[in-house]
Amino acid sequence: MAFIELSGVCKGYGSADKRTPVLEDVNLSIEKGELVSIVGYSGAGKTTLVSLLAGLIKPDRGTVKVDGKIVTGPGPERGVVFQNYSLLPWLSVLENVQLAVDQVFPKRSASERRSHAMKFVEMVNLGPAAGKRPRELSGGMRQRVSVARALAIEPEVLLLDEPFGALDALTRGVLQGELQRISQESGKTMLLITNDVDEGILLSDRIIPLGAGPSASLGPATTVDIERPRDRKELNHDPRFRHIRLSVLEYLLESGKAKRAERAAQDVTEAKAPLPETKSQAATSKPVQIVELSP
Amino acid sequence: MKSNLVDGVVKYVALPMVGAGCVVLLWAVASSSFATSLPSPLKTWEVSRPYIVEPFEKRGELDQGILRFTWYSLIRVAKGYTLAILLGTPLGLLLGMSKGFTNTFDPIIQVLRPVSPLAWLPLGLVLFQESEPAGIFTIAMCSMWPTVMNTALGVRSIPQDYINVARVLKLSAWKTLVKVTIPAALPYMFTGFRLSLGIAWLVIVAAEMLTGAPGVGGFLWQEYNALIYEHIILCILTIGIVGFLLDRVMGVVERRFKAA
Repeated sequence: MAFIELSGVCKGYGSADKRTPVLEDVNLSIEKGELVSIVGYSGAGKTTLVSLLAGLIKPDRGTVKVDGKIVTGPGPERGVVFQNYSLLPWLSVLENVQLAVDQVFPKRSASERRSHAMKFVEMVNLGPAAGKRPRELSGGMRQRVSVARALAIEPEVLLLDEPFGALDALTRGVLQGELQRISQESGKTMLLITNDVDEGILLSDRIIPLGAGPSASLGPATTVDIERPRDRKELNHDPRFRHIRLSVLEYLLESGKAKRAERAAQDVTEAKAPLPETKSQAATSKPVQIVELSP
Repeated sequence: MKSNLVDGVVKYVALPMVGAGCVVLLWAVASSSFATSLPSPLKTWEVSRPYIVEPFEKRGELDQGILRFTWYSLIRVAKGYTLAILLGTPLGLLLGMSKGFTNTFDPIIQVLRPVSPLAWLPLGLVLFQESEPAGIFTIAMCSMWPTVMNTALGVRSIPQDYINVARVLKLSAWKTLVKVTIPAALPYMFTGFRLSLGIAWLVIVAAEMLTGAPGVGGFLWQEYNALIYEHIILCILTIGIVGFLLDRVMGVVERRFKAA
């Protein structure tokens, strides 16, 4: 049995008569030690998926199992790196990490916990900034703290919710490299949520597209059989990489087109003025651009 | 650099003095024309002089230097204000954290909040049979509400992200309160503390006037009865200046917390 198992998971928001379905019949299994990426549109329900796994919200239908046990609530065995860092602004870098360490390892001595926290701060190359407050740090540094905090509690699973989404391309590249190194060193089970197909392929063992919302569900998984460590520059010329990227993008574009057609048909039957297309266009424009950029 | 200094002097010294001068001028004109029983500025200064130049002198129970009276009032305010903070902060935290608690107690709080100190004081006298605790009770009852409301607002405004962090780490209720809720709500709480102190100082005058306790308010009422109207003006100015200084001090503390 897989380490993480989602079966028939549905989740929507709002009351019964005004319910907006977000995820519909999501099935996913992740083996221990595997790094799986889920790539999808903005607003397709990626954060909802992470929240379900973290136990912050409960599915309407279906089950979420980690290590054979049904997830009933959040817990430190599932570390989360939140999209917007979620650092406590009144604590320093080290204190943010230490808050987590103190909570999860109460039996260790104070000095042990401190050096443990410091080890993870150093692992993300923030040793010199350990005493700084989050507001004194750049976005990339903040996200590193968030990664250090999530790893310091030695979780069985690391859930990363668009961890590099708010960063510039260069910082993104650096942090992707660091995550690759950390993932290889620790061998942790990780689920990476991203809107960047290249990032997904670069980092993961398997990549799965999440179709367009509403009622998004997962597409076919593609195994990334490219040896590690992977280099971003070399990857661009690798035919396997290009093949995987194309197939994932095609799935996403098709699903976006289908959803739009569905919505348009619905609008006609409901005899309403057609909805402005801005939102779905904005959602599709990103992958399209990537296709044009490909060599 | 030099023009900055000149600008500062004009903005923070010269212009405020012009403003104060205008009011004194109006006062002088009024006292010499239509409001004949209003003492003139000069007369006020002459009669008040012994109370100002010997501010800590004690000549009798209700005949003391103005700063000595101010000191009594400040002690009383400190007691009532401390009580208000001790009651108001936990009440605000509960209101902010629990919807059920809010639904239960918010309506009655909204009813009690606008009650005037003049209404609380007799109740305090009935309860405690003595003027001193009655005054402190009145200050606490009137001044705790901004602390209650702002603390509750601060707790309700905590970003979901911080709460998610606490949930993922499985922090206990107590730890969440101490490590996340209170630090996150602290800037709001300090706004409440500052507003509460302003009200506590407003209330002290009313409380002392009614109980006749020695203090700025008590002195004011006594001098009204003794027909020494100059001292009424002296008290008004003292109350205003002290209130202004208290607000400034709390403002500095508040900004420090907001910046952190």
